Amino acid sequence: MLKRVHFPSSLLPYLLVAPQIIITLVFFMWPASQAIYQSFLIEDAFGLSTEFVWFENFEYLWNDKHYHAAFIRTGFFSLAVAFLSMSVALILAAYADRVIKGAMTYRTLLIWPYAVAPVLAGALWLFMFNPTIGIFPYLLKYIGYDWNHYLNGNQAMGLIIMAAAWKQVAYNFLFYLAAMQSIPKSIIEAAAIDGAGPMKRFWTLILPLVSPTTFFLLVINAVYAFFDTFGIVHAITQGGPAGSTTILVYKVFNDGFIGLDLGGSAAQSVILMILVIAMTAVQFGYFEKKVEY
Amino acid sequence: MASITLDNLTKTYGNTEVLHHIEGSINDGEFVVIVGPSGCGKSTLLRMVAGLETVTSGEISIGDKMVNDLEPADRDIAMVFQNYALYPHMTVEQNMGYGLKIRKLPKAEVRQRVEEAADILEIREYLPRKPRQLSGGQRQRVAMGRAIVRDPQVFLFDEPLSNLDAKLRVQMRLEIRKLQRRLGVTAIYVTHDQVEAMTLGDRLMVLNGGYVEQFGTPIELYERPASLFVAGFIGSPAMNFLPASAAAGIVTLENGVALEMDNTADGKTTLGIRPEHLVLSQDGPLRLVVELLEQLGANTLIHGVLEGTDTQVIASMNGVQSIEAGTVLSFDTPTRDLHLFDGDGKRI
Repeated sequence: MLKRVHFPSSLLPYLLVAPQIIITLVFFMWPASQAIYQSFLIEDAFGLSTEFVWFENFEYLWNDKHYHAAFIRTGFFSLAVAFLSMSVALILAAYADRVIKGAMTYRTLLIWPYAVAPVLAGALWLFMFNPTIGIFPYLLKYIGYDWNHYLNGNQAMGLIIMAAAWKQVAYNFLFYLAAMQSIPKSIIEAAAIDGAGPMKRFWTLILPLVSPTTFFLLVINAVYAFFDTFGIVHAITQGGPAGSTTILVYKVFNDGFIGLDLGGSAAQSVILMILVIAMTAVQFGYFEKKVEY
Repeated sequence: MASITLDNLTKTYGNTEVLHHIEGSINDGEFVVIVGPSGCGKSTLLRMVAGLETVTSGEISIGDKMVNDLEPADRDIAMVFQNYALYPHMTVEQNMGYGLKIRKLPKAEVRQRVEEAADILEIREYLPRKPRQLSGGQRQRVAMGRAIVRDPQVFLFDEPLSNLDAKLRVQMRLEIRKLQRRLGVTAIYVTHDQVEAMTLGDRLMVLNGGYVEQFGTPIELYERPASLFVAGFIGSPAMNFLPASAAAGIVTLENGVALEMDNTADGKTTLGIRPEHLVLSQDGPLRLVVELLEQLGANTLIHGVLEGTDTQVIASMNGVQSIEAGTVLSFDTPTRDLHLFDGDGKRI
């Protein structure tokens, strides 16, 4: 028999959650519903009249090859960012886990990049790789490599991947380090007695044992690359050259505020919204079940 | 199989010396138990033999080889940990075969050896399971299996039974002993439980505060404890200690009772008598005021104070007894069962 405690109903609990609900409604639900509403509208070129067109904006996107290209580009971008930032973080965490002297300092320094705003991170990398005044193009010239991400779309993509991944390394590092430190020390010692060297232990024990963290970070990093990299793209390439770094979030901005196609932009953001809901659902569903190794 | 020699071993953390000049040699095939209270350095000593802790000074040899600077993997040892340290993402079979796989043995041989070990420990049906699907006792067996598959020269046990319930502990204790006998592998076993130590060990090394108090067979330790510490640690219930002063072969207790003893001690001493050596006798010299009885069924523990003092004394008597609190009982003890310790706690 399940026992429940009954309290006399009162207004207080509603009052206590009211601020949170009001904030959610005003700043999240209302704009989201506006975006959905706007995605059904088309404006004329001068913004004088609007017409309700049902799903015409979505039909247009469905057939738009630029939009398809941006979709594929974003997929590549987010996988590259996730892979690069997670593998660097994993290596750093594996070493930090072994450090004994100065461990606090080492960890603190590694966490700093996370505190840098995306636009600043972008600006930092922009200056380092500026073809005219940047230090890296200057050094690359010595090995005969010509760097100009204003002209070369692949280089531009490489640059935003590096900048976006760099910012995320700190976050991934923290999670990986925590995961590694929660592995019982005796397991590692048992493996050492069993004859496994540090590399072998890493591949056969540490990596499988942190796999729940890896999955969690994969989703988090994909979401980050999809939605939080606008500042970096805007600061470094503005989506160029020739649209080669125009990822989905940037296209939303570009089509809506530069191209003034508000309805099409709203439709794109609705698609992004569905994507993030799906990703979050996957993540929650997975963690509800609890990871097994 | 190999002997182990510990030569003048010292371990220092920072400026704190935690192990002081440990000496001892363990014969081939011998089962040695390192026993002591928590924090005495027994686990550290074991981990030094395993190669998980560095040696500050002194030498550890396994067989004829000095192993101070060898990696744990190169020492040809196997260790069973207190928390079993099974690899949670591998099946029992993979857990047991891990060390062999790393040594690049052919798959068929790994399988065969794992199955042999599983048969010895009667865990064959659990081979496809993951550790979390096993009970504590089964995990313990898997950890043992992982150690015996490797066919090492030395087994190291770090309090392997302390996570099991009392009944299973007694059962596993016997099995470990039988297994070690059967395989004839030299073993070092660390525990804080003196009963476990007495029943398992061919010889016991009693550690206290980083010093070896005594190293000998269980019966030696029981019959001739080298110090007050060993005397109080080995045996249950613990030995009674009576403050006394000695002069010219006579030991005088606080209440003036004088006992004749064959010794040349002089000055402040402590007289030790085990509860089971106090024998009821009509005009025995040791008179006890009974305070409380503990009925254990097979025997009865009589708690009381030595008449004329406030020294607590426990006497053990066979069978069920009924004695009123406040009764004065007289006990005697054969001279050979009296232990005398000097002011520094050393046996005289």
